[in-house]
Amino acid sequence: MSSLVTRVKLKQIEQLIEKGKRLDQRGLHDYRPIKIEQGLIERAEGSARALLGKTDVLCGVKVETGEPFPDTPNDGVMTVNAELVPLASPNFEPGPPNEDSVELARVVDRGIRESHAIDTEKLCIEPGKKVFVVFVDVYVLNHDGNLIDASALAAMSALVNTKMPNYEIKDGELKMKQGYTSLPLKSHPITVTMGKIANTLIVDPWAEEEQVMDSRISMAINEDNNICAVQKGGSGYFTPQQILEASKIAQEKSAELRKKLNW
Amino acid sequence: MNEKPEKLIDKKGIRLDGRKADELRPLKLQVGVLPNADGSAYIEHGKNKILAAAFGPREMHPKHLSQADKMVLRCRYHMAPFSVQERKSPAPSRREVELSKVIKECLEPALFLDLYPRTGVDLYVEVLQADGGTRCASITAAALALADAGVPMRDLVVACAAGKIDDTVVLDLYDAEDKLGTADVPIAYMPSMNAVTLLQMDGILTADEFEKAMNMAIDGCKKIYEIQKEALKTKYMVVKEESEE
Repeated sequence: MSSLVTRVKLKQIEQLIEKGKRLDQRGLHDYRPIKIEQGLIERAEGSARALLGKTDVLCGVKVETGEPFPDTPNDGVMTVNAELVPLASPNFEPGPPNEDSVELARVVDRGIRESHAIDTEKLCIEPGKKVFVVFVDVYVLNHDGNLIDASALAAMSALVNTKMPNYEIKDGELKMKQGYTSLPLKSHPITVTMGKIANTLIVDPWAEEEQVMDSRISMAINEDNNICAVQKGGSGYFTPQQILEASKIAQEKSAELRKKLNW
Repeated sequence: MNEKPEKLIDKKGIRLDGRKADELRPLKLQVGVLPNADGSAYIEHGKNKILAAAFGPREMHPKHLSQADKMVLRCRYHMAPFSVQERKSPAPSRREVELSKVIKECLEPALFLDLYPRTGVDLYVEVLQADGGTRCASITAAALALADAGVPMRDLVVACAAGKIDDTVVLDLYDAEDKLGTADVPIAYMPSMNAVTLLQMDGILTADEFEKAMNMAIDGCKKIYEIQKEALKTKYMVVKEESEE
């Protein structure tokens, strides 16, 4: 729900965007400053924190052993969970995941899964019986808009940072050995989210823009500039032309971000 | 589970279920099927069998969820435990929570929310049998349920998916193609406004393939739109005839 202040600001935000400007001085297709830190949680097998302006997302990766799904006996398992931690925003409440956190988790999950970012075949220990399970937990620490991109960046950075324990199988028993290896990765998707305000697409909407925009579109792009996941959100609509425009912007912006990231 | 077939589409461009690349599954729509709902619809789309019911606009329960400046649309997408091969727990899964949200958001652009402040409309979608593309079939039925409830709308919302199997972009994937194919692009569309109100995608597509899939899905939507309008007319033509007798 939009607060009264942003309702008043709506006109100002719209008029600026019509002139190609934004309240925080950015260009329509500019990201806020991006900062990524890796490996700050020693207890986790992998971790990373992504800052997108004031939006702050921490992601921890835990690797455990478990059973594979019956229909994919040779593949390891990956699950993404997202917590909208109450300390991140006055509008977040403690309690079980609501539809916003479920959607966030599933959009981040889809980007990683559909781009085949993790080489799940290499996570198989014993076909049909034992595989590695990768738990990706997204923890929102401060909400200032565009949680999807910040969470996707944090999650992918944490996976890059993840070290798996070495192991061997002795008499059918799994034994951990000394040392660690990196999580096997095949692809590094980048998710670009755009909002629609005054019938114009803007990249990386921040909190105030999010409250006045009528819809958003997120696209995950892989190294080959292919589209691997899309999600439209919000109660508005896009014309087919706007969607194609969004896919071009997403390709450009993801390529630009990719150069800055040391994945 | 069956073994994966070698090819999902043969050299002549015929799919496993005998359809051509741009062919829809058989579709049946019926309006006003549930006596207790203010509006309802039933859809059979391939082997999908789905019921949708709309209640309202009515007072919100609990009251604090109502909004002073607009109507609130609530939606629950739910799958019956017997709707899929292996029994599904009736508790809402994360998938169902997400689909409930995107279905709600794809119908909202069609409604005049600000004309009915402090009221709510509840929309319940029950998937009785699933065969791939349930979210699209649900949306097509849900829009009809809203229209049948007499909620004023800018247009009907109609949904259809396109995707990629083997190397071909095809329309309206069914279960096996959805699971074994490489990409799926569900789209909801309001034809009179040229507005896409739901767009999701999973799988890997080049930008050209994505454009092709989107346009193919929109063409599919336009075909279903005609069947949708026909279903609505059918109910009210009967009502009209009865009133004239």
